[in-house]
Amino acid sequence: MSDHAHHDHDDDFLETGIPHVSKKEYLTGFVLSVILTAIPFALVMGGSGVATPLLMVILLAFAAVQVVVHMVYFLHMNAKSEGGWNALALIFTVVLVVIVLSGSLWVMHHLNTNMMPGAHEMQEIIKNAP
Amino acid sequence: MAEPIALTREDGAPVFLDTQGRHHPENGSLLGFWIYLLSDLMIFGCLFATFGVLGRNFAAGPSGADLFDLKLVAVNTAVLLVSSITYGFAMIAMQARNKRGLIAWLIVTGLLGATFLAIELYEFHHFIHIGAGPQRSAFLSSFFALVGTHGLHVFFGVVWLIVLCLQVNKHGLTRANTRRVACLSMFWHFLDVVWIGVFTFVYLMGSLR
Repeated sequence: MSDHAHHDHDDDFLETGIPHVSKKEYLTGFVLSVILTAIPFALVMGGSGVATPLLMVILLAFAAVQVVVHMVYFLHMNAKSEGGWNALALIFTVVLVVIVLSGSLWVMHHLNTNMMPGAHEMQEIIKNAP
Repeated sequence: MAEPIALTREDGAPVFLDTQGRHHPENGSLLGFWIYLLSDLMIFGCLFATFGVLGRNFAAGPSGADLFDLKLVAVNTAVLLVSSITYGFAMIAMQARNKRGLIAWLIVTGLLGATFLAIELYEFHHFIHIGAGPQRSAFLSSFFALVGTHGLHVFFGVVWLIVLCLQVNKHGLTRANTRRVACLSMFWHFLDVVWIGVFTFVYLMGSLR
């Protein structure tokens, strides 16, 4: 990519480090994205009959694959671009985001289950008391 | 790392082995902008976590299944996805040194971005109009915070697109302008990546009962 910019004088107007892009790359990414978007929407809007917990896992899996497709075909990520620094920074950020997300959900779930019963639950308890 | 990057001679003078600069990024601006986008990703990560915690606290108000019009969301998703590939065509036009093509595709992308914003504002206005505003429940507070922040980013992306069209039109395809087009390309595709999370986590999973 950068070799192209260095050796080809026609590309001198392009800033160094801009990835070389192709129509094929964008069209591949676009077709994959359309498929990966249409299936989750169809599953939810069409009433697939899949059990909700399983459907949630399927939806998250489609989203994860589509994020990778966008990263590769639209953001032109690979391990070598920018000397590997942007891949390193991405991995670091993704680790942080995963910690924030899973930590929040985990802690707040425990807080919810260990909370004192609310007014509604208290009425139930009083009603069912012997 | 197998080899040391710098050594010191016996008289204390440093010896640099990485004279090729192989361990440096090719372009500081593009890497710097990427770091900015990752810090933005942290903001969205926190907002997703907030929505994940509060997204089922309806306070006896409407739930996602009651509110969301998935056909509208599907249209919005399609608009944003098409705007991603039109930006790709802008990048290809720039690479081919086609200034008019670049500006034309940037304008198409900007119009699609504006369409996305119009549909989202219509949705927000509808929700607030029927009493499902951000102050109704924790679910709606976190919904408006997350989706609104994404919408704000798209708005500034559209402003940037307009400014960039004017700059390219006035100064042509200079190195500074190609750098700006490449940075906005990352910004625009990044917003589409965040939207994947929004439509999956907020709209589709929120519509399941």
